[in-house]
Amino acid sequence: METTITESRETLTAGTSMDETQGLTYPRIECKNINVSYGDKQAIFDISLPIPDRSVTALIGPSGCGKSTFLRCLNRMNDTIESCKVTGEIIMDGENINDPDIDPVLLRSRVGMVFQKPNPFPKSIFDNIAYGPRIHGLAETREDLDEMVEKSLRRAGLWEEVKDRLSSPGNSLSGGQQQRLCIARAIAVRPEVILMDEPCSALDPVATARIEELIDELRKRYCIVIVTHSMQQAARVSQRTAFFHLGELVEMGETDQIFTNPRERRTEDYITGRFG
Amino acid sequence: MSDHIVSAFTDELDKLAADILRMGGIVETMILDACSAVNKNDVELAREVVARDPQVDKLEADVERQIVSLIARRQPMAHDLRAVFSALKVVGELERVGDLSKNIAKRAQRLDENVGPSMRKGIYRMASPVSRQLNMVLDAYATGNASAAKAVWEGDDDIDQHYNSLFREMLTYMIEDPRTIGAGAHMLFMAKNLERIGDHCTNIAEFVYFQATGEYLLSTDRPKTPQIDG
Repeated sequence: METTITESRETLTAGTSMDETQGLTYPRIECKNINVSYGDKQAIFDISLPIPDRSVTALIGPSGCGKSTFLRCLNRMNDTIESCKVTGEIIMDGENINDPDIDPVLLRSRVGMVFQKPNPFPKSIFDNIAYGPRIHGLAETREDLDEMVEKSLRRAGLWEEVKDRLSSPGNSLSGGQQQRLCIARAIAVRPEVILMDEPCSALDPVATARIEELIDELRKRYCIVIVTHSMQQAARVSQRTAFFHLGELVEMGETDQIFTNPRERRTEDYITGRFG
Repeated sequence: MSDHIVSAFTDELDKLAADILRMGGIVETMILDACSAVNKNDVELAREVVARDPQVDKLEADVERQIVSLIARRQPMAHDLRAVFSALKVVGELERVGDLSKNIAKRAQRLDENVGPSMRKGIYRMASPVSRQLNMVLDAYATGNASAAKAVWEGDDDIDQHYNSLFREMLTYMIEDPRTIGAGAHMLFMAKNLERIGDHCTNIAEFVYFQATGEYLLSTDRPKTPQIDG
C-alpha cells in the first residue's frame, strides 16, 4: 500500500461521513467482511471498516457488542481461543493478516496490545521493556538495548519517574505507571499499530488523564485502536469513532459528528444513555 | 425520543424547555402590551410591562444555572448536547427581546400625549407580525419542528419590509409637522426595536433548526431586503 504521511493525514481531516470514511484512500488497516463465531454463536457480523493511520479510532458499544472481539482480530488474538472462527480479510501493508502464511508472533510485534488491567511481567522495569526487543533480535548491543528502553519509556512518559530504579520490579509501580510501562513495552518492539482494550478502566482520573495525554502524543506515530466504555473518553481521545451493537457495525464517522449529530438512531440512543 | 435510562436527566431537559417556553410566553405578551400601551397611550400598562422585565432576567439566570449544572453532571451528547446548547442560546435571545420590549414600554411613557392615533397605530400594526414570529418560533422550539423554524427564519424579510415602510411613514410625519419630531424619534427607536426583535426570532429559529437537525442554517442564504436606515 503506497502512502505518505501527509496524504493520509489530509484525507483524515477532510472526511466527515461514513461514506467518505469508506472512500479513504490510505487506511492503515482495511477490514473486509469480518465474521467471528465462538462455536455456534456468531459474535461479529460482516464488519467492514477502514482504520486510518496516525490517528485514534475508538470502538464503542454496550457490553457484548463485539468491540473487543473485533479488536482481537487485528492481531489474531482470537487464534488462542479454540472454538473461535474468524473469516474475512484484514489487509495490512497489502497482506491479509488472516493468511495462514502470516506468523502471528511477528504480526503481534507489528500490532502491539495494551489490556484493561496492567499486566507487567514479574521482572524488573528494564526487563519488561527489553524483553520484546531481545526476543525479536532488535538490539545488537547492550547500548542499543539501553537506548531502546530509554526511548520507549520516554515515549510512554514514564522515563523521568523510573530512570533511577530500572531494576525495581515492574509491579512495584502504581497502577497508572504500570499501564504506561505496558504501553512502553508495546512500543519497544516498534509496532505500527497499537490496540488498547479499555486501557484506563482500572485507573484513577489522574492516571487516566496521563494515559490520554500519552495516547494523543502516540497518535503522531502510530495507528491506534481503542476500545472504551467511557463515551467521554472516546470523544476526548479519538478522531474517528465506530459504534458496535449486537455484533454489527452500526455507524462509523468523525468523532465530532458521532457525538454531536449521529446519523443512526441506535447510536443516538446509546450515546445519550437511552438504551433499554 | 424515548426517555433516558436515568429518568432525572429527561426531567431536567424537560424542565429546561418548559422554563424557556414560560419565559418566551412572558416576553411575547411584553411585546404586545408595550405596543398596545403606545397605541392606547396607556401609561399604566407601559409601567407594568417595565415591571415584568426583572422576572425575565431572573428566569434567564435560573435557566443558565440549570444548564451549567446539567453540563457538569450529565455531559450531554448528540441531540441532548444540541438541546442544551440551543437552550443556552435561546435564553439569551429571549432576554434581549425582553429588554427591547421594556425599552418600547419606557418610551411609551414618555410619548407626548398629543401624539395622534394614526402615528401610534403604525407601531401597533408592526407589533402583531413580530410577536407572531416569536410565537411561531417558540412553537417550533416546543415541538422540535425544523421546517417550522425555517419558515420563521425566512419570514423575517416581511418584518424588515414592514420596518422600512414604517420608517418612511414616520419621516413623512416629521417633515410635514416638525412638532412631531420628538415623538417621531421615539417611534423610530420603537420600530427599530421591533425590527431587532424580529432578528432575535431569526436567531432562535437557527438554534431550533440546529437542535432538531444538527445542521446549521446560514445567514447568507436568508432572503433579505436592504434596510432603509443602512
